[in-house]
Amino acid sequence: MAAVLLWRGRARALLSRVRGAPRALRGLAAGPEMHFGFQSVTEEERREKIYQVFENVAKKYDVMNDSMTLGIHRVWKDILVHKMNPSPGTLLLDVAGGTGDIAFRFINYVRAARERQLQRKLKHHQNLSWQEIFENYQEDKFNSLGSSQVVVCDINREMLKVGKQKAQHLGYSEGLSWVLGNAEELPFDDDKFDVYTIAFGIRNVTRIDLALQEAYRVLKPGGRFLCLEFSHVSNPLLSRLYDLYSFQVIPVLGEVIAGDWKSYQYLVESIRQFPPQEELKAMIEDAGFFKVDYENLNFGIVAIHSGFKL
Amino acid sequence: EEEEDVEEEEERWHQLYPGHIPTSPLQKALLAAGSAIMALYDPYRHDMVAVLGETTGCLALPNLRDKMKHHPEGYRILQERPRIRLSTLDMSRLRGLPDGLLGREYVRFLEDNKVSPDTRMPPKFVDDEELAYVIQRYREVHDLMHTLLGMPTNMLGEVVVKWFEAVQTGLPMCVLGAAFGPVRLSTRKLQVLATELVPWAVRSGLNASCVLNIYYEQRWEQPVESLREEIGIFPPP
Repeated sequence: MAAVLLWRGRARALLSRVRGAPRALRGLAAGPEMHFGFQSVTEEERREKIYQVFENVAKKYDVMNDSMTLGIHRVWKDILVHKMNPSPGTLLLDVAGGTGDIAFRFINYVRAARERQLQRKLKHHQNLSWQEIFENYQEDKFNSLGSSQVVVCDINREMLKVGKQKAQHLGYSEGLSWVLGNAEELPFDDDKFDVYTIAFGIRNVTRIDLALQEAYRVLKPGGRFLCLEFSHVSNPLLSRLYDLYSFQVIPVLGEVIAGDWKSYQYLVESIRQFPPQEELKAMIEDAGFFKVDYENLNFGIVAIHSGFKL
Repeated sequence: EEEEDVEEEEERWHQLYPGHIPTSPLQKALLAAGSAIMALYDPYRHDMVAVLGETTGCLALPNLRDKMKHHPEGYRILQERPRIRLSTLDMSRLRGLPDGLLGREYVRFLEDNKVSPDTRMPPKFVDDEELAYVIQRYREVHDLMHTLLGMPTNMLGEVVVKWFEAVQTGLPMCVLGAAFGPVRLSTRKLQVLATELVPWAVRSGLNASCVLNIYYEQRWEQPVESLREEIGIFPPP
């Protein structure tokens, strides 16, 4: 019985301290205390702990996502790519892209768009000479994606490994590359990408401000920043149900399916520690983005933030 | 900010022992159900069997602990908290003992079945530090049960040992394992199980004194036969 009361008290006490800018942002070097879920750690410790979490969950990452969200995470990711509405020829950087969910959707989307494009072209060119038609086929054959490309960047080797295996298994190879890198310090030149996405990754970044600055740097002028992340539910009833589900069910799922309670406890705690919609919007604006906006999905359980480099 | 740090410090001390994860009753119920299903679905998930034992043992474990407390040898075990691990066992000495002695037969069992005492899961969801030790002891003594009953680690042998342990400890996990384990056995084996092995295991379990009250580490030189007689386990068929 005592354990129950202790537990409830703890969860409630700490849920109430979620508001307020994460001390992380006052970004000093190794010393200061930061949060790892509800624990207090140094910056270095936090990076390491998070690396370990993803190292442990990598193999079961997709199964767990499906179980925890009852498959709804797929819809969220579909919505993100639809919002992006990439046209063939787009160069996408998917940061914290780990197991490739966004990258594969992107490829499917531009492939479909490219097919429609080719269909339209063919319709227009009904009266070409045979020579011209032949030439058309030659150049289009190598461009089923219309020279679109996606670079998947992740800090964690295990996640990238799983992603590559998945790509092979599902038959994705063209227009796809995998890079090991840190969102806070991207290994890319300035003004390179048309779109930058980070789906369920920015929560795990230790210095969000740096990640946003890097995003700004590597995007071309006119480029778009898109962030899909767990956010805050304002509706009080829903919020309580959501908390109940998060804290009671998700770690249990983690233990039963992945044999790892602690990583999923970290997951639900880190969601509570992450800045709410308006605060994240302000941070994105601080990095230099314009027309920053967000869209709540499922009452704020998840939000898509968007901004442009102009 | 200092307040918040102190608060965070405090919530980590809810841990009663290293590896302890405090859980609410709802979480325990969900864990029990989930681990039971997973253990049946994937028999190689030994960690699920362990979790099932911990989450359902709230009545049986205090019972076992009390049995130990009221027995002189059991009481000593609770005080001294011996652990059976490769690092604490002198394997070469045990191997050098004459045949028929507990130590020799135990090592033979480990080697024949290619198991090690170090693969036992430490408890996570037991909310009492002493009970956590009791379940840990039960796990570590499991291999000795195999030795005393003369059962190998195949599915059949494990089920027989589970029947014995179910009678001895009353742990719901053992009862479930004993009841559902045979599901995966062939009919021929089921017959042997039902007609010979289970009745013998149950009779022995009922007749025997509590197996957790034996300080095995101090009895390596005792012949297995004599120990069986002392505990009250009938000779295996």
